[in-house]
Amino acid sequence: MSLTMSLLAETTTTIKGLGAIGYGLAAIGPGVGIGIIFGNGVQAIARQPEAYGVIRQNMLLGFALAEALALIGFVAPFVLK
Amino acid sequence: MSAFGVLLGVPEDGDTCTFLGSHLGNGCQFPAPTAEIFNWAPLATWHIGGIAFDITKPVVLLAIGTLFIVGFFLIAFSRPTLVPSRTQSLGELGYTFVRDQISREVIGKDGDKYVPFLVSLFFFVWIMNLFSIVPVAQFPVTSRFAFPVALALVIWCIYMFLGMKKQGPIKFFTNFMFPPGLPKPIYVILAPIEFLSNVLVRPFTLAVRLFANMFAGHLLITIFSVGAWYLAGPTVMGWIGATGSFAMTVALTGFEMFIQFLQAFIFTLLTAVYIGGSLHAEH
Repeated sequence: MSLTMSLLAETTTTIKGLGAIGYGLAAIGPGVGIGIIFGNGVQAIARQPEAYGVIRQNMLLGFALAEALALIGFVAPFVLK
Repeated sequence: MSAFGVLLGVPEDGDTCTFLGSHLGNGCQFPAPTAEIFNWAPLATWHIGGIAFDITKPVVLLAIGTLFIVGFFLIAFSRPTLVPSRTQSLGELGYTFVRDQISREVIGKDGDKYVPFLVSLFFFVWIMNLFSIVPVAQFPVTSRFAFPVALALVIWCIYMFLGMKKQGPIKFFTNFMFPPGLPKPIYVILAPIEFLSNVLVRPFTLAVRLFANMFAGHLLITIFSVGAWYLAGPTVMGWIGATGSFAMTVALTGFEMFIQFLQAFIFTLLTAVYIGGSLHAEH
């Protein structure tokens, strides 16, 4: 009984650790993506300051889409606990 | 558990080391906050038709926030004058911000019909997020998944209905599934992907984005404030750590203010994009 309990406890902690690692992996892609989006966005604004409105809209849209992936990675360990 | 304890955010079942009693020196472990801090004990329960409705803290905050928004806009716009009063000009500032920065930029002139909805949506989401840093409240209502899901479902219904109404019930689907000017074999892959992304993924990511941002933000602030409380012990190192942790709490609160506004903005912006996509066929 106690062996099962300790095994269970051990499995739970392992899964928790795996969740953190999983989030780290899930953050790589969106991290690169968000960097590219804002880097190019700032460059575009510097080249054409008068198009600031349009550039910002599209920058934020791209940011929101890329960020969603990282956030799903963040929520997944909590959901699949 | 007293109602006061529920308001303060004290977890229900403390161990021998209580949540508030744990410090660096007294042999208690760091009481790391988990997803449990988002589960509130009901303050009251209503039984309506055999179903129990638990009134928890987020529900109370939801009611307060909604009353605040409705009250504010009633005061601002119920008796509009040519020379606006202070409240009216504040309300007009919010309205024109959503109209010019979101609706006109994304949908265009014919999106003006939907500005009232977008304004309500923007302020609702923003105020619900803002509760995260309001003293005593200190809980973002939108970090309970049900609230963003309900909002996303409303938005889903609106843009599906608008699309079917403006473009025709079948034309609406074929318009986004088969964008013109591509080689034929591509459509085999593209059509199902476009269908999934437009019909299923859109509302899902809309809800998850808002929820996860507020969830993560609240968890971060909680971790650092609990850290400051835990480290505040008899040693010098403890006090240095506690000061650093508290400084992080303050900095993160400022950062959260920015994130809350940004998330409300992005939520409204994406809604406008979806509505705009339903109004105009090719986009």
